[in-house]
Amino acid sequence: MNGMPSPQGLYDPANEHDNCGVGFLANIDGVQSHRIVSDSIEVLKNLLHRGAVGGDLSTGDGAGVLLQISDKFFRKEAARLKFNLPAVGFYGVGMLFVPQSNVRAACLSTIQKVIQEESLEFIGWREVPTDGGILGEQARAAQPHVMQVFVGGGKWSGPALDRKLYVVRKQCQRRVAEVIGPDERFYVPSFSSRTIVYKGLLMGGQVSGFYKDLNDPDMESAVAVIHQRYSTNTFPSWELSQPFRFLAHNGEINTLRGNINQMQSRENGLASPLFGDDIRKLIPIIDPGGSDSACLDNALELLVAGGRSIPHSMMMLIPEAWGAKYPMGPDQKGFFEYHAGLMEPWDGPATVAFTDGSVVGTLLDRNGLRPARYTITKDNFIVMASEAGVLNIPAERVLEKGALRPGQMMLVDLALKRVIKDKELKSQMSRRQPYRRWVEENKVSVQGLFEAMAPIIPESETLLQRQRLFGYTREDVQILLEPMAAKAHEAVGSMGTDTPLAVFSEKPQLLFSYFKQLFAQITNPPIDPIREELVMSLMTFIGNPSNILLETPQFARLLKLRHPFLSNEDLEQIRGLEIKDFSASTLPIGFPAGGSGEDLDAALERLCALAGERVSAGKTLLILSDRDLAEGLTPIPVLMAVAAVNRHLVRSGCRTGVGLIAETGEAREVMHMALLLGYGATAINPYLAFETIADLAGKKELSVDIGSARAMENYVAALCEGLRKVMSKMGISTLRSYRSAQVFEAVGIDQAVVDRFFSGTASRVGGIGLSEMAAEANARYREAFLNPGADLTFLPAGGQYRLRRDGERHLWAPEAIANLQQAARSGNYALYKEYARLINDQAEKQFTLRGMFKFKPLVPISLDEVEPVSGIVKRFVTGAMSFGSISREAHESMAIAMNRLGGMSNSGEGGEDPARYKPLPNGDSRCSAVKQVASGRFGVTTEFCVNCRELQIKIAQGAKPGEGGQLPGHKVNEEIAKVRHSTPGVTLISPPPHHDIYSIEDIKQLIYDLKNVNPEARVSVKLVSELGVGTIAAGVVKAHADMVLISGYDGGTGASPLSSIKHAGAPWELGLAETQQTLVLNNLRGQVRLQTDGQIKTGRDVVVAALLGAEEYGFATTALVVLGCVMMRKCHNNTCPVGVATQDPRLRKLFTGSPDHLVNFFTFIASEVREIMAQLGFRTIDDMIGRSDCLEMNPAITFWKAKGLDFSNILYRPPCDSPVRCVGKQDHELASALDLKLIPKVKAAIETGKPVSLEHPIRNVNRTVGTMIAGLVAKKYGHAGLPEDTITLNFKGSAGQSFGAWCTKGMTLVLEGESNDFLGKGLSGGKIIVKPFPGATYEAESNIIAGNVLLYGATCGEVYLNGGVGERFAIRNSGAIAVVEGVGDHGCEYMTGGRVVVLGHTGVNFGAGMSGGLAYIYDEHRIFDARCNLDMVDLELVVSKADKAELRGLLEKHVRYTGSRKARHILENWEDQLPYFIKVFPMEYRRVIGQMMKEDEATERAEVIHG
Amino acid sequence: MGKVTGFMEFERHDPGYRPIDERIKDFNAVELKPLEVAVREQAARCMDCGTPFCHCSGCPIENVIPEFNDHVYQGRWKEALDILLSKDNFPEFTGRICPAPCEGACVLGINKDPVTIRQVELSIIEKGFESGYMKPKPPAIRRNERVAVLGSGPAGLAIADTLNHAGFGVVVYDAEEKPGGILRYGIPEFKLGKWVVDRRIQLMEAEGVVFENRVRVGDDISYHYLQHRFDAICLAGGAREARDIKAPGRELKGIHFAMDFLVQQNKRLGGELVAPETEILAAGKDVLVIGGGDTGSDCVGTSVRQGAKSVTQIEILPQPPPSRATSTPWPMWPMKLRVSSSHQEGCVRRWSLASKEFIGHEGAVQSVRVIEVDWVTPPAGGRPNMVEKVGSESVIKADLILLAMGFSGPERNKIVDGLSIKKEPNGVIWRDKQNMTNIPGIFVAGDMTQGASLVVRAMRDGRQAAAGISAYLDARRT
Repeated sequence: MNGMPSPQGLYDPANEHDNCGVGFLANIDGVQSHRIVSDSIEVLKNLLHRGAVGGDLSTGDGAGVLLQISDKFFRKEAARLKFNLPAVGFYGVGMLFVPQSNVRAACLSTIQKVIQEESLEFIGWREVPTDGGILGEQARAAQPHVMQVFVGGGKWSGPALDRKLYVVRKQCQRRVAEVIGPDERFYVPSFSSRTIVYKGLLMGGQVSGFYKDLNDPDMESAVAVIHQRYSTNTFPSWELSQPFRFLAHNGEINTLRGNINQMQSRENGLASPLFGDDIRKLIPIIDPGGSDSACLDNALELLVAGGRSIPHSMMMLIPEAWGAKYPMGPDQKGFFEYHAGLMEPWDGPATVAFTDGSVVGTLLDRNGLRPARYTITKDNFIVMASEAGVLNIPAERVLEKGALRPGQMMLVDLALKRVIKDKELKSQMSRRQPYRRWVEENKVSVQGLFEAMAPIIPESETLLQRQRLFGYTREDVQILLEPMAAKAHEAVGSMGTDTPLAVFSEKPQLLFSYFKQLFAQITNPPIDPIREELVMSLMTFIGNPSNILLETPQFARLLKLRHPFLSNEDLEQIRGLEIKDFSASTLPIGFPAGGSGEDLDAALERLCALAGERVSAGKTLLILSDRDLAEGLTPIPVLMAVAAVNRHLVRSGCRTGVGLIAETGEAREVMHMALLLGYGATAINPYLAFETIADLAGKKELSVDIGSARAMENYVAALCEGLRKVMSKMGISTLRSYRSAQVFEAVGIDQAVVDRFFSGTASRVGGIGLSEMAAEANARYREAFLNPGADLTFLPAGGQYRLRRDGERHLWAPEAIANLQQAARSGNYALYKEYARLINDQAEKQFTLRGMFKFKPLVPISLDEVEPVSGIVKRFVTGAMSFGSISREAHESMAIAMNRLGGMSNSGEGGEDPARYKPLPNGDSRCSAVKQVASGRFGVTTEFCVNCRELQIKIAQGAKPGEGGQLPGHKVNEEIAKVRHSTPGVTLISPPPHHDIYSIEDIKQLIYDLKNVNPEARVSVKLVSELGVGTIAAGVVKAHADMVLISGYDGGTGASPLSSIKHAGAPWELGLAETQQTLVLNNLRGQVRLQTDGQIKTGRDVVVAALLGAEEYGFATTALVVLGCVMMRKCHNNTCPVGVATQDPRLRKLFTGSPDHLVNFFTFIASEVREIMAQLGFRTIDDMIGRSDCLEMNPAITFWKAKGLDFSNILYRPPCDSPVRCVGKQDHELASALDLKLIPKVKAAIETGKPVSLEHPIRNVNRTVGTMIAGLVAKKYGHAGLPEDTITLNFKGSAGQSFGAWCTKGMTLVLEGESNDFLGKGLSGGKIIVKPFPGATYEAESNIIAGNVLLYGATCGEVYLNGGVGERFAIRNSGAIAVVEGVGDHGCEYMTGGRVVVLGHTGVNFGAGMSGGLAYIYDEHRIFDARCNLDMVDLELVVSKADKAELRGLLEKHVRYTGSRKARHILENWEDQLPYFIKVFPMEYRRVIGQMMKEDEATERAEVIHG
Repeated sequence: MGKVTGFMEFERHDPGYRPIDERIKDFNAVELKPLEVAVREQAARCMDCGTPFCHCSGCPIENVIPEFNDHVYQGRWKEALDILLSKDNFPEFTGRICPAPCEGACVLGINKDPVTIRQVELSIIEKGFESGYMKPKPPAIRRNERVAVLGSGPAGLAIADTLNHAGFGVVVYDAEEKPGGILRYGIPEFKLGKWVVDRRIQLMEAEGVVFENRVRVGDDISYHYLQHRFDAICLAGGAREARDIKAPGRELKGIHFAMDFLVQQNKRLGGELVAPETEILAAGKDVLVIGGGDTGSDCVGTSVRQGAKSVTQIEILPQPPPSRATSTPWPMWPMKLRVSSSHQEGCVRRWSLASKEFIGHEGAVQSVRVIEVDWVTPPAGGRPNMVEKVGSESVIKADLILLAMGFSGPERNKIVDGLSIKKEPNGVIWRDKQNMTNIPGIFVAGDMTQGASLVVRAMRDGRQAAAGISAYLDARRT
C-alpha cells in the first residue's frame, strides 16, 4: 500500500515532506447532520489549489475527513449486515486498509484474534464501498482494500473503550505485520468509539466519490476535520494522507528526530493506572515509517489516552512562546515551565486541527507560520480553514470572522455548546493545578550558577601545548575567537570556501569538520533569530522525568540552565552538588596515545559502560571531560564521546533524567557547540576557549581593551547568538527540542560508524572510520607532546579562511588566479588550459568530490562532430550578485558579456536601474536576463519583473543558507537606494525566510504570482544542496517551477558568518545527483530544467555537472576572478582594491575588467567542454545529461583518508524509463486566471488610457487577481504606470491569495467581502480597497478582513482595509501607504519606507527591524509600548503640523473609500482622539531625514543668500 | 586585522639612501634607517589579503608577510619577530639584499605601489637585535645524529641553522678564511655590512653550530673522514663558475671576472690579505662593466668608491620599459628598468650592445669594440633571436673590464667528482624530492642544484634540504 520506493542512490524516503490545506467544521451545539459532511467535502474542493497532483496528473497527494461515528448510519448498515450494535459509545469502529491479495484472510483473522484476546467483543466486518474508477493511475495501483470492523466494548465505553481500542490497534499493527510479511501493507486509519477517518490517496474532490458512505444522507456528524495534502514526492502512499486519528496537521516538525529520540528514551519509564500492564503493548509509541505529522499524532494519542484532555496535551506538544520577553501572566508561565520539563516542543510551523469526537479545536505554532481563518455563524456553526471563503456563507448569517494568532488555540466544546477562545482556555489550563507554585517550590537552586564570570589566569606555560593537543590554529584564535571575545559577535568572511573537504585534508581534522548543518528550505521557513528573538529559548533543564503520563509536583524538581554554556565556576558548582537526585560524576574521555581504531572503540565501550554504571549508582550529572587527562592519553573526539554516551543512555532508557555535560578543550566555535547539543549534550564547558580568550585579553591582543571576564562573557553571548542562528536556520525555536534533533549530515564518515554512534544521520559517500579518527587525534597529540624540535612559540597557521602555504590548501591558489586572469585578458587558450589543469588535476591532492571522478569514455569522436561553442555558451549563467555587493562596473560587465553570448546574467537581489533596460548605442545590453526575487524584495517592482527572461526565487544561497542579510546604512548610497526603492543611509534587512513562502503550497502560489506578472518569463527556484534537497526540488517541480537551481555550499560571494560559509550545506555534486535521481524516480524530470553552481571553475566541472544531470551551469566567483578579483576575501569591508566588490568611487575607478574578458573565458570553458565531449563520444550536451554511468571513482587515488569513500550513490541511475532531462513544459494553470476574463475589457484602457470600471464576483479560488493586468501596464508604461483610477475593478466575494499583487499606478481594486493572504504583495502604485460584505452585521473593526503577510515588498501604492488583518502586516514595505483597523503580530516588520495607520489592536513585536517609514497607531488601551519591539524605533505623540495633516488626510481617505465607522468616529472627535495616536519613528530614519532636512534648509538658505 | 583602509590613506614611502657625495666616500651602508613610526605606517598599508600573493607566490621562503605586517602596525614587534623567524632564518640578510619578489607580487602593486615589505622585515629583525630578543636559543633536546654542511653561504647557513634548532649536531666546513660565502665575500659592504654576517655567525655558534674554516674538503679532509663522523652530509658549495666571453683579445690584462673584483674588496675591508700582484683596483681607471645585472651594479658601486675615472655598464639585452613589462604581468617579478643606488652614483648605462673585440696595447686592454643588436621574435613565436645591426659598431674606451655576465654552474668539487655524484645535463647536481643526491646520506642544496640565483632562493633550498635530512634521519631511527 505504501508506494514509497525504498532508499536508493541518494534518494531516501525519510526526507519526504508534506504541507497542505487543513480545516474543521462543527455544529457548536453538537447536533449531528449530513450537512457537516457534505460541507466538509465542499471545503476540500475549495482548498484543492493548496494540494498537489503527481506525475500522472490525476493522482492527488492525499485527502480525507475525520468524522464522528454516525450511529444512525452504522446501525443501518449493521442491520443490513445482520449484526447488532450495542448502544452508542459502547461499540467501536475500526477503519482498515487491508491487503488486496490472498493474505487478507490471515490478516482479518489475526485482527479478530487480537480483539478477543483483549477481552472485547468482535461484532462483524463491513466491506466499505469504494469506487476505484475515479482514482488516478498511481493511486489505483496502490489502492488498498478498505474494510471496517465493529467491536463491542462490553463494560467499557467512551474514552475508556478508546483506550482499549488503542491497545488493540497497536497489537494489530504488530501482529498483522508478522502474518502478512514485509511486502504487504496493513494500516489502521482509525479505531475508536467516537471518531472515524475516511481518507486516501485522493484529490479533495475525490473523497466523496471514492467513499460512497459519505454521500449517504444518514452519514451524520457534528464535527469534520479535513485535510488536503501536498507532498514533495509523487509516490502513492495511502497511509500518509491525513487526517490521522486525532489531528490534521498543516506544517512540519523540524525537531522530529529529537522528539522521536526523546520519546524512545522515555518508553521504559511510562506508567499509568489507566493502562496498567497494557502500557508495554503500546511500545514503540511512535510508529516507525510515519511522517512527522503522523508521529505528532502518535504522541497526542498517548497523552490523550493517558488521561489528559486534548487541549492540555496540545499545549504540551506545541506550546506557545513564553520567554522573558513574551507578555504573559505568571500562572500561565508556570504551566508552560512545568510542562517544559516533561516534554520538549514539537517545533515547527503548524496549524493543527484536532478532535476526539467530543471537542474539536485548532492551534497555531508560536511563530504563526500558517494561516487559520475562521467564521462563526449566528446559527452556531463554525468553520476554520487555511483560507477564508472556503464555504459560501451569506454575510447576514455571519456572527464573527477571525483568525488565530501565533501560539493561540481555540476549542469548540460540543457538550458545553460553546466556543472557548485562547485566553479562557489557557487560563483554565493554567489553573488546573498550582503549576506556578510547583515550579517555584521544587526547582533545584544552585548558589552562584550563571552569575558574573570571574577572571581567569591562563596557565601560560602549558597553554600552547594544550592548544596544539586540540588542534588550535592561529586562525582559531585570531579570526574565530577574537571577534567573539571582543565584540560578542561571530566573525564574517566573504567569497565562499575553496579548501578541501575534511576527508581530503592532509591536516588532522576535528571530527566536527565532517558534518554539515541542515537548514530549512521551502517546506518550512527559517526564523529570524534577531528580530523575532522573543520566540526563541536556549533554556534547558536537567533531571527531567520520563513518565509523562503522570502529573505531580515532584516533576518540577529540575535544575534549570539559562543557556547551555557553563563557565568554569558554574561547572565546579555543579560538580560539587550534594543535593538528593543531583550529584555529578566526571568521566575522563581518553584513549591510549598512539592507539588504533580498536583502542578507540574499546575506550568508547568502556566509557559507555562506565556512564551506565554511574547512572545506575544514582549519578544524574555526567561530566565527560578531556581536561587534564592522564599522561599517555589522547583525548577522544568529544563529539564521539557525547554521541556514544547519549545513545547508550537512550537505549538503556535512562537518558531523560540525566544531564550530559561536556567539559572540553576541543569545542570552540558555534558549529562545535551546535553539534554537541544536536547529538545529545545538555551543557558545555569550553574551558580551553575560555583560557585562550583570557590569554588574549591578558596580552592586550583584543581589538578592544577589556578584561578577561568581560571577554569570556562576550564569547558566551556570541555563542548564544550563533546557536540561535544555527537553530533558527532549521526553523527550530527552542534548544530543548534542538537537543539530539541531529539536524546534520555527515560528509566523509563511514556508514558503519555513523550507524553506531550517530544513527539516523545521513552519510552518503562513506569515508573515514574509527582508525582514521584515532589517527587524526593521535597526530594532534604528537604535535603537542612529541615534537621537541619544532619552534613552539606560536600555533600553526590554519589556512582555512586565508591562504597560508603551510596551512590548508585552496583551489584558488595564486597560480590559478594569475593564469586565469592572464588567459582571459590576452585571449590565450594555452594559459587557460594551464589554469584548468591546476584546478582539474586532483589525482595527487584532492579538494572536491568531483576531483575524485574519472571519465569513462564511450567511443571517442572527432572534435568537429561536437556541437559548437556558440551553442554551449548559451547554457552558461553568472551567479546572483546584487548591485550593492559588487560595483556597478562589475555588475554591468557581466550583463553585457552574457547578453553577447546569449547566456544569462543575474540581477541579484537588489533590484536594477531601469536605465539598464534600454540597449546601449553599440547594441550591447546591460539588462540582466535573470531577475531575482529574494526575501528582501528590494526593488522587485512590476517593471523589474516584466523586464527579464527568467524570474528567480532565491530560497537560499550557498554561503549562508537559511539566513537573512543586512546592508548597513552607510553602504546604502543614493544610487543603491534608488534601485532598491529605499532611503539612502537607512539599513536594509533581508529576512531569513520569504514571508510568502512558509510551505510548499506557498511557493506554488508565489510561482503562480510571478507567472501572472510576467507570463513570458520562466520561473526558477534556487536551492542549496543539502540532504533531502532532491525531495524539496520534487515539491518545487510540482509547484510548477520551470527550472531548479542546485547551489553548492562552497560558492557564494557575499559576506557571511564564517561558520555558515564552512559548515552549512553540502557540495553540489550530492545535491544535484540527489535531485536528478529523485526527479527521475518521480517522473518529474521531463518538465523542468536543472542548473547547478558552486565553485564551478572549468570545462571539466561543467561536464561532470552535465553527467550528473544539470542542463545549465553557473559561475560567480570565477567570473569575478576573470574581472579582476584576487580573492582578498574582504568584500564585507567595502575596500576591494580592484574595484569589484566595492561601492567606494575611489576604488571603483581601479576596476579593469571588461565584458571581453568574460567572453574569452566562457569561450575557453566551452572549448574545454567540447574537447572532453569528443573524448567521451558525446555530440551534444543534451546527450550527456544524466549519464552518470560515464563517471567512476578514480582508482589511482590512494590518499589514506579517501579510501573509505564510495560514490556509487552519487553515480546511481534509477532504473526507470522516465525522461532524464527536460523534454516538456510546465502547465502553469494560467488559463483559469480571472485576469484572462478581464483583460479584453481593460485592453482599451491600457492602450489609450481611457478610464474603465468593471464589476465581477470573486472566490477564494481566484488567486492573484489583477496581476496579469498589472504586468501589461508595466510593460507599456514602466514604473510610471497610468493616471490614478484609469482601471477600476470592483469585486464581491472572498478573494483568493495574492489579491492585487504587483498592481501598478492607475489600477484601483475594490473588494467587498474579504481577502486571504498576501494581498498587495509587491504593490507598485496600485490602490486596493477592502470593505466587508454588503449586508454584514458584525462590527468591521473587530473582525478579520484579510490574511497574513500583506503588502510584502510593496514599493508604492495605497491600501485601505476596513477590518483587522493577520500577522506581519506591511512587512518589508518600502513605500506603500496603508490604513487598517487592527494587525496581528510582527506588524511593519523590516519596513523601510511608506506609511501605515493602525486603528485598533496590534500584536506583539510591532516594528521589529523597521528601519524606515512611519506608522501611526491608535492606542486606545495604552499598551502599545509593551507590544512594540523598541530595538530600532522611538514612540512619539503626533504633534507636528505636518504629521497631523498627514494622519488626518489618510483617515479622511479611509472613510471616503471604505466608510469606516471607526475612522469616522475619530475624525468627528479629532481633538479628543488625536492624543491616543502614537507615531512609530525608526531611529535611523529620523537621523537620515533630519540630515536631509538640514541639507534642504541649507540649500534654501543658500538660495536666499545667493538668489 | 591591520588597518582596513590603510592602503587608501598612506602612500608608499621608501627610506631612501644617504646623499651620494657622502656615501661614495666610504663603504658603509647606503640605505637609511626609517623611523619606527614610519615603518608602522607603511605596514598599515598591508591589506591582509585572503590570498596573499606576497606570501604564497612572491616569497620563495613563504614569509607570512600579512601577519608580521599586522603585528608591526599594532606595535607588537616580538610577535612580528616570531612569525618572521618561523620562515626566514636570516631576515637581516634578506631584509637588506633581497630584491623582494614579494613586493612584485603584492596585490597593492596591481594598481598602486606595493607595500615596503623588505623594509618592514629589516626593521623587525633589527628591532629584535636591539631589544635583546635575539638571544641564543640552543635546542632543548639534542639528538645524537650529526650533519656536516659543506659550504657556508646562504644555503649552508640555512641548513645548519634549521638542523641545529631541530637538535642535530651541525658542523659547517668552508674553504675560506671566514664563514658566510657570498654573503661575506660577494656582496659589497655598502649593501650588506660584514658586521651583520659576523653577528649571525656568533649567534649560531652560541647556539651550538660549529664552523670549521679554511678546510677544503677533498684536500684537507676526506670524504671517508666525513662519512665516519657524520650521519649525513650536505653539499652547499654554490655555483660560482663565472660565465666567460669568447672574443678576440680576451687574454689581455685588465679583464677580470666581476666576482674576483668584488671578493677582493670585501677581503680588503675585512682585514684579509690580498696578494699585491693579484690586486684589481678601479682607482683612476675607465671601468667597463659587461653585464647589466646585480653583480654588475655592485661592480659599479665598488668602482666608484675605489675612485674610478669613469664607469660604464653595458648589457646585451634591450633597455627594459620604465614600468612593469607586459611580458611579466602581476604577480610575476616585474621586468622593468631598475636604478640601483650604485647606478645613481655615476655611471653610463647602455643597452643592446654586444662585445665584439677587446683592443689592447702592450698586452693591456684599452678599449672594447661593440655592436648594437636587435632582438627579433620569430614569426612563429618563441624566444627572440639576436641580430647584429650592420654598421652600428663603436668603440668604448676602458682599461678595466669587469665581466658580470652571470655564472655557468657549480665549480669543480672533489667530492662530486670522486663519488661520481649524478648531475643534470646543465651541470647542476641531481637531487630527489628530499634534496638527496644519488649517494644515500649525501644531500645537496642551494645554487649547486639550481644554478646561481637569489640569496633567498638558496635559503629556501637550504630549509628544504634540512627538512629532507631530518626526514631521512627520522626514518633511519625507526
